[in-house]
Amino acid sequence: MLRYVFRRLLTAIPTLFVIVTMAFFLMRVAPGGPFNQERGLSPEIKANLEAQFGLNDPLWLQYVHYLGNLLRGNFGPSYNMPDFTVTELFAKGLPISVQLGASALILALLLGSVLGTVAALNQNKLGDYTVIALATAGSTIPTFVIAPLIQLLFGLTWKLLPIGGWGDGAFINKVGPVLTLALPQIAIVARLMRGSMIESLRSHHIRTARALGLSDWSVVVKHALRGAILPIVSFTGPAAAALLTGSVIVETIFSIPGVGRYFVDAALNRDYTLVMGTVVVIAIFTIVFNLIVDVMYAVVDPRVRYD
Amino acid sequence: MLKNMLKATVFATTMAVAAGAFYTPAFAESVYNRGTAAESESVDPHKTSTVYEANVLRDLFQGLVMQDEKANLIPGAAESWTVSDDGTVYTFKLRKDGQWSDGSPVTADDFVYAFHRLEDPATGAEYASMLYPVKGAEDVNTKKGKPEDMGVKAIDANTLEVTLKAPTPYFLEMLTHQATYPVSKASIEKLGADWIKPGNLVSNGAYTLAEWVPNDHMKLVKNPKFWDAATVKFDVVNYIPTEDRSSAMKRFEAGELDSYDDLPTEQLADLKTKFGGQIHVGPYLGTYYYAIKTDKAPWNNPELRNAISMAIDRDFIAEKVWQNSMLPGYSMVPPGIEGYTPAMAKYADMPQIDREDAAKKILEKLGYTPEHPLKMEIRYNTSENHKNTAVAIQEQLKPLGVDVTLLNTDTKTHYSFLEQKGDYDVARAAWVADYKDPETFLGISRKASGNNYSNYNSAPYEAAMDKAAAAGGKPEERMKDLSEAERILVDDVGQIPLLYYSYHDIVSSKLHGFVDNVMDVHPSRFVSKD
Repeated sequence: MLRYVFRRLLTAIPTLFVIVTMAFFLMRVAPGGPFNQERGLSPEIKANLEAQFGLNDPLWLQYVHYLGNLLRGNFGPSYNMPDFTVTELFAKGLPISVQLGASALILALLLGSVLGTVAALNQNKLGDYTVIALATAGSTIPTFVIAPLIQLLFGLTWKLLPIGGWGDGAFINKVGPVLTLALPQIAIVARLMRGSMIESLRSHHIRTARALGLSDWSVVVKHALRGAILPIVSFTGPAAAALLTGSVIVETIFSIPGVGRYFVDAALNRDYTLVMGTVVVIAIFTIVFNLIVDVMYAVVDPRVRYD
Repeated sequence: MLKNMLKATVFATTMAVAAGAFYTPAFAESVYNRGTAAESESVDPHKTSTVYEANVLRDLFQGLVMQDEKANLIPGAAESWTVSDDGTVYTFKLRKDGQWSDGSPVTADDFVYAFHRLEDPATGAEYASMLYPVKGAEDVNTKKGKPEDMGVKAIDANTLEVTLKAPTPYFLEMLTHQATYPVSKASIEKLGADWIKPGNLVSNGAYTLAEWVPNDHMKLVKNPKFWDAATVKFDVVNYIPTEDRSSAMKRFEAGELDSYDDLPTEQLADLKTKFGGQIHVGPYLGTYYYAIKTDKAPWNNPELRNAISMAIDRDFIAEKVWQNSMLPGYSMVPPGIEGYTPAMAKYADMPQIDREDAAKKILEKLGYTPEHPLKMEIRYNTSENHKNTAVAIQEQLKPLGVDVTLLNTDTKTHYSFLEQKGDYDVARAAWVADYKDPETFLGISRKASGNNYSNYNSAPYEAAMDKAAAAGGKPEERMKDLSEAERILVDDVGQIPLLYYSYHDIVSSKLHGFVDNVMDVHPSRFVSKD
């Protein structure tokens, strides 16, 4: 297993290299640059700015410089927020996005699994219909509707939560964003769990277990759940990568200083170094979580071996 | 038993008192939570480019001159100044009690250093042009001259002499711009790039920078070394960026924000009903216009440009598209500059229906009818309101036989295309004043301006602008000349002015000193709260 993990991590290096290279050149193909704005700059001033950031070098040289810096762990300065380096922006924002994303993911996995199992055990009964209805609502109502609703009800009407802001990480400031992030994920997990649990409950080994007179609890938790959880494990990889790297909508509406907003803002501002930084972070998260999922598979399903 | 009860009572009382002492601050801090629609990019006056950091920098630093709560010019770091008879030499007397936040005196040398730094090409200052009127400044910035040849000199610690290339009556107004604020030479030389970090930043304004968490808050605390600290009311000013305007309204309602410098304009009517006098809307020095390719057929025909401009119903756009958060505009220079009368388009007072008839006649004369339509493409940068404006114009021009197509791109692409003088028909643009003078609006239509997206090139206009520049020493004459220049531009339809901007703020009724003005400038040092 260790050899497998090591091999996977080694193959991640060329993958990352390809991603960085593609992102670097694709970004430069996009029209407009970091210094195009409503108030046009004179060619001389623009040239001064470009010289300051090394943008007047040939593109291949800029690429070589970028790769060199990246190897030294230096993501460069942000063009649009010159008081900060990209590393500083991530150092401040990433822990915040990770906290919110991890809380939302754990909540979604726990609550979604329970709801899905309850629905599967009550197939075509009221409990099932209720969960299906809630899950459908949860996955179809967009985040930009849920977030203002939470603000309106919990913040303005009942005055239980702040409307927005990070509040230096106070618990109460996290409730709204975590709920908003978690709700659609709970719905997805519940639906996945329901389907796979129904399938699992109909399988031969469960029928055998029941025939052997095992208790319902033992059948469901010890035997059915193990098989039913596999689709959830698959889902967790990409979901974790997406959640932990921040959500643009949730961070914008709740005024959360995470990194989710950088993904879009940096691209729109042609803040090349910040865009590259976000690409690298997402890529690393995706690679790592896919690896974790594969390892989890081997842990959960005895048929899967990577040796 | 009694002893135990007594012990418990003493313990409980002690805990209660201790808790009270913990939760009650030693003194009540007055805090101003100031909402902004966007994050500042930098707190280095020489790296600044947006109005959002202009507000912050106005609190942190003090230039030679400043603006009061009505955006009028008042002494800043300089307590007085004199201007030579030919209008080219300004001699500023700095305050003797002016100090940096580290207690060192603000000297004329600091200004010399700051002005040199602004023009130094290595600084890469976007607003280096703000000091171009100073002798030799442009040469330094364009690597043609040396800093020591710049017209800025410290006569002594408290006397600064600035020599201009030519009389520039709006020079003092330009000095209210944040790019011209002083920076502490000692601090930058000691700390290098880190001079800007919270805790390090040495400034000479009413506040100092205590914290900055991007996209969350920037905390400014009162600067006890500020020469007028006794009149500064707030101990803390938190700049809180809230990009989502609807969230900002809820945060304001919940008391998380005391003011916010934007509004979801599509909800303006409802907001006025809900918040009443707390909604502040009024004219702001900015013009929303369409650039029109004046050097390309058929748009090189002023008659055709005039017909298109005349047919656009600006009242409808201001009222229906922008919910009266913009005002109909017929001149490039918006109203509100003292001593200046904008030159309005001649049809400004004509009823819309007559304007359309007149426009139709011109178009027919030029051979454009619904059967043989005039093709026109409007380019605009991404924004729901820009799109709705273009769609409204598309509908308004349709009955006149103009076939309008729309092209939307993101802001960077849009302005990069315009800057590179790409091929287009009509393109959305805007100009907001950095300082109160008509020249800022009229300069963009000059032949040599990088912002002349229309490629407007008119000898009479250039002559009129030159004449105004030559009349620098006589303000009244200069304003008249500028107005005459604008008359040429507007009659020629070098650009199509559509709307004037308005400021739209929401301000708690508990705040005092947040006075409406055409620059939408509200230094925190003049604001207080009940």
